[in-house]
Formats: sequence, C-alpha cells, structure tokens
Amino acid sequence: MKVLVAVKRVVDYNVKVRPKADGSDVDIANVKMSINPFCEIAVEEAVRLKEKGVASEIVVVSMGPKQCQEQIRTALALGADRGIHVETDAELQPLAVAKCLNALVAKESPELVIMGKQSIDGDNNQTGQMLGALSGLPQGTFASEVNVADGKVAVTREVDGGLQTVSLSLPAIVTTDLRLNEPRYAKLPDIMKAKRKPVENVSPEDLGVDVAPRTKTLKVEPPAQRQAGIKVSDVSELVEKLKNEAKVI
Amino acid sequence: MSILVIAEHDNASLKGATLNTVTAAQSIGGDIDVLVAGAGCGAAAEAAAKISGVNKVLVADNAAYGHQLAENVAPLIAEIGKAYTHILAPATTTGKNIMPRAAALLDVQPISDIISVESADTFKRPVYAGNVIATVQSADVTKVITVRGTAFDAAAGEGGSAAVEAVDTAHDSGVSSFVGEELAKSDRPELTAAKVVISGGRGMQNGENFEMLYKIADKLGAAVGASRAAVDAGFVPNDMQVGQTGKIVAPELYIAVGISGAIQHLAGMKDSKVIVAINKDEEAPIFQVADYGLVADLFEAVPELDGKL
Ligand SMILES: Cc1cc2nc3c(=O)[nH]c(=O)nc-3n(C[C@H](O)[C@H](O)[C@H](O)COP(=O)(O)OP(=O)(O)OC[C@H]3O[C@@H](n4cnc5c(N)ncnc54)[C@H](O)[C@@H]3O)c2cc1C
Repeated sequence: MKVLVAVKRVVDYNVKVRPKADGSDVDIANVKMSINPFCEIAVEEAVRLKEKGVASEIVVVSMGPKQCQEQIRTALALGADRGIHVETDAELQPLAVAKCLNALVAKESPELVIMGKQSIDGDNNQTGQMLGALSGLPQGTFASEVNVADGKVAVTREVDGGLQTVSLSLPAIVTTDLRLNEPRYAKLPDIMKAKRKPVENVSPEDLGVDVAPRTKTLKVEPPAQRQAGIKVSDVSELVEKLKNEAKVI
Repeated sequence: MSILVIAEHDNASLKGATLNTVTAAQSIGGDIDVLVAGAGCGAAAEAAAKISGVNKVLVADNAAYGHQLAENVAPLIAEIGKAYTHILAPATTTGKNIMPRAAALLDVQPISDIISVESADTFKRPVYAGNVIATVQSADVTKVITVRGTAFDAAAGEGGSAAVEAVDTAHDSGVSSFVGEELAKSDRPELTAAKVVISGGRGMQNGENFEMLYKIADKLGAAVGASRAAVDAGFVPNDMQVGQTGKIVAPELYIAVGISGAIQHLAGMKDSKVIVAINKDEEAPIFQVADYGLVADLFEAVPELDGKL
C-alpha cells in the first residue's frame, strides 16, 4: 500500500509570533522554522504502518518556497522513501494546497493520505477535508487511532464529546490529532541516507492548479492585552477577592 | 443577503453553539435560515424554529445524516448553501469536519473560527495560537465560515416561530460509516458554556487527584478542564483539553491549577473574565495572564480552597 504524507513548513511551535509594527503582516524574519507538529505525527504514523508491513512506500510532499526541502529531508530521514516538492513563492491558501494535493493523488494513486489536522500558523483546520471533497475520498479527521484492515481503515476521532470511530473505504484521507503517536527523532545515519533519497520538483502550473488567493489579509494586530493582575498571599485572601472584588463566586 | 446556519444537534436537541452562530449571522445581517440535517431530528428542528430571528428551518431527515458523516452532509450543505451569500456553522469538531468539505465542493476558501464580523465580507480570526488577530476579506461569491462560540452571545432560544420545511435530497456517498462512540458523561455543565471552569495540569500528578477539582467544581457549578499534558498523561479524557487544539473557553472565572501557561493552553482560555492561577513556581507564565495568582503547593491550597467555599 502506498501512503502519501503532506508536511508543512511553519514557524516552530516554541516561537511567540508577533505582528509587525505597521500591522501589515506577522514578523517572522529569521525565526526558527520546523515541520508543523501535526505533520510530524502524520509522518510517524506512515512510518509505523510501513514497519508493520501495512505500507510499502511512503511519498512525502511539501509545498512552498525552496526552503521546504529541509522539511522534506527531515521526513525522509524519519523514514519516508521519496519526496515531491511543489515549489512556489506564491502565497498558498488551504484550497490551493488541497487542489495541488488532489492532482498528486490522481498521479500517485495512494491508498492512504495522512496529513496534520491543522497547521499551527494559520490554524485553519481545512486542507484534509477539502482534499476529501475534491478527490471524492472519505476523511477521518482528528485521528487518535488508525487501523487498516480488509480494504478499509478504522479511524478513532477526537470529537468535542469524547471519541468517535468511523470506518472508511480505501483510498482514504486521515488527519492527525496530537495523541495519535509520539514522533521519533531522526538518527544521524538516517539523516545522511535521506540526502540521497529522490525528491521530484514540480510547480503548481505543472499540476494544472491556479493558486490565486481567495482571501486577503487586510491587517494583523496583537490580541487584547490583559491588565496585570496581583499575587495573593494565601487562600483566604483569594476567596475574599473572588467574593468581594471580582464578585465571581 | 441571505444566510444559512448549520445547526449543531444530537437529533433530540440543539447544541448551544448553534445559538452563538445565529448571533454571528445577525451581525452580518439579512434573512437567516437554519439547516438541521440528521436522522429522526424532528425535535431538534422544532427547537431551531423557536430561535428568535430565524426565518425558516430546513430539515433534511435521513439515515445518511444520522451521525453527521462529512461525506454525506457536505454535499447537502453545498447543494442547499449555494443559494445563500453566507453559510455559517459553529467552530466545533463537527463544524470543522464538515464545513471545509462543503466549501471545496463550492470552490470556496472557507474562513475558520471567526471572532468578529467587520462587514459582510470581512472578519477577524485568531492565528498563531491566538498571538495574532488577522482581519480577513473574502473574495468568494459564497462565504463559508465557522464561528467561535465564545466570541458571540447566544441568541434567544425562545420566541421565534420559523416555518419548518422538509428537504428531500439524500446524499449517501457509501464510502464511510459510523462504527461507534465513547462520549463522556457528566452532570457538570459543558466546558464551553460553563460560567466557571477549573482546570488541572501536569502538576495534578494523576487522575485520582482530579477528585479535588471535581469537588470544588460541584460547589461552584463549574466545569472541569485540563491541559494537554494532563490529557496526554492519561489523567483525564481528551474532551477535557483546553487550548489551541482543544476547547476554547471564556467563562466568568477560570481557575488554573498546576498548569504552567504554555501559549497553546493560553490560546484556549485567555479571554476568560477573571483568571486565577495556583502554581508553586512563581515564574510560571500563567501568572502573566492571571488576575489573582497564588504561589503555593496545590496539594495544600486546593483542599484549603475547598474548605473555604
Ligand atoms: C501543536 C501543539 C498543540 C498544543 N495544544 C495544546 C492545547 O490545546 N492545550 C494545552 O494545554 N496544551 C497544548 N499544547 C502543549 C503545551 O505546549 C504544553 O506542553 C502544555 O500546555 C503543558 O501542560 P501543563 O501546564 O499541565 O504542564 P507543565 O508545563 O509541565 O506545567 C506543570 C505546572 O505545574 C506546576 N506544579 C507542579 N507541581 C505542583 C504542585 N504540587 N503545586 C502547584 N503547582 C505545581 C509546575 O510549576 C508547572 O508550572 C500543545 C503543544 C503543541 C506542540
């Protein structure tokens, strides 16, 4: 079974991002970039499926500028077999990414597509679902457990009320939640080996996709700041303040 | 302008988030219809017809929609929704699962998790775990939107008398099926709607110690939440997680116990009216957002608090 995994290059989750002073965009010059944490979980899941003998080949795809190759190489070091880089300097919105992925799904015919449920920059939580619509494939979103058997995949999903399990016919799309697995670290020899794995370079135009943005960001600003609070000395003072000052209990 | 609101419900009753979404629709302005898709969902449809400000309720009652499978519900929303200028749903796991799929069928770039309506085509939404608020304008003919419940008041659930109309089209993709669910049962209020929330983190050490928080919660009529670390460690189930990738809460009072205050946790609770933090580390970042901080060992402070309430 062939598995296609999508990974996104994003600002590292430890970086506290701030708007630029003129509010035109976020200030992310020279900050650390990484694989989106949810995408890392997607790569790990694919590698585990390969280790279990369920997956035979893992193709990793990333979209964006030249530097996305770093994230593709990281995924190759973690165990993906080959890479596809959809290279463009254009702004890619989730619909455009889903369209490019859909073209690659048509070309590669994977049995399973695994991707993160959201990227921690845009926090959109859209791309997997949109790929589902465009390809007509079923979706198992926010997955905390994935089991492939008998031409189907059972996906346990983290939903507001608890957990829900759905059964999807293959091929299918899975988007990962945080508790699906704990990603491994790449070992040095694997990082060296990853350098020799093949990475194909294509453009959105090659895939026949118009990536023109549909939404425009007019402004970015910091969220409303909270007023500095106080430290209370003990529980009695806390209860007194909550009763008489804040009047919330 | 004409707006279609997708109701969140369990066939028997409407979920509160639907009411907040109706308020968001009202701030856009125009006729508001509500779509109730489900199986045996007549009661939910009747409840929707009572929401004040709703023009018409469309009911798609079919076995295929029973468990809100995105493969079946999204084509229904796309088919009905294309007659509207806006399609809105709550930004719950159900809304997030279905709406992008419906949007792509309409060739629309959806807008997730809006916190304000600036105009009919312009909305504010948090990005980067809420560290940045973006103002976004959509050029699509139909606006497909999910709404953050805590950012909009609930519309009145009584007083309306909308017409109820049946929708006959059934979409059954046949590629997905519902297997089962494990839903948390609790007599406490729902996290996202509670007036008081008390949450525990890794500092709680285990699931048994959460009993201390449940006791206080029952005194205050509060819901109990948790950090990701507490959920990952198996202290409590996933539906209790508050944060960037968990639930977004904005109660009158939020009490964080043994939680350090990582940005991903703050993303889910920093719009609470009053924040209390109990943590033994006075440098913990949670104190930067706390109105009242208590530097103390939680195993002493929490039982004492319980005694004094
Ligand atoms: C992509 C991504 C998404 C994430 N999404 C979320 C999310 O939605 N929600 C979320 O919460 N996190 C999320 N996280 C995780 C987040 O980064 C933190 O790791 C997590 O919030 C830490 O939880 P914590 O505060 O309970 O644990 P810790 O950071 O370990 O803090 C424990 C705290 O307890 C205190 N403590 C310990 N013992 C005691 C005691 N006896 N008395 C008093 N205080 C004590 C310590 O001083 C410390 O401050 C996400 C991370 C990533 C990468």
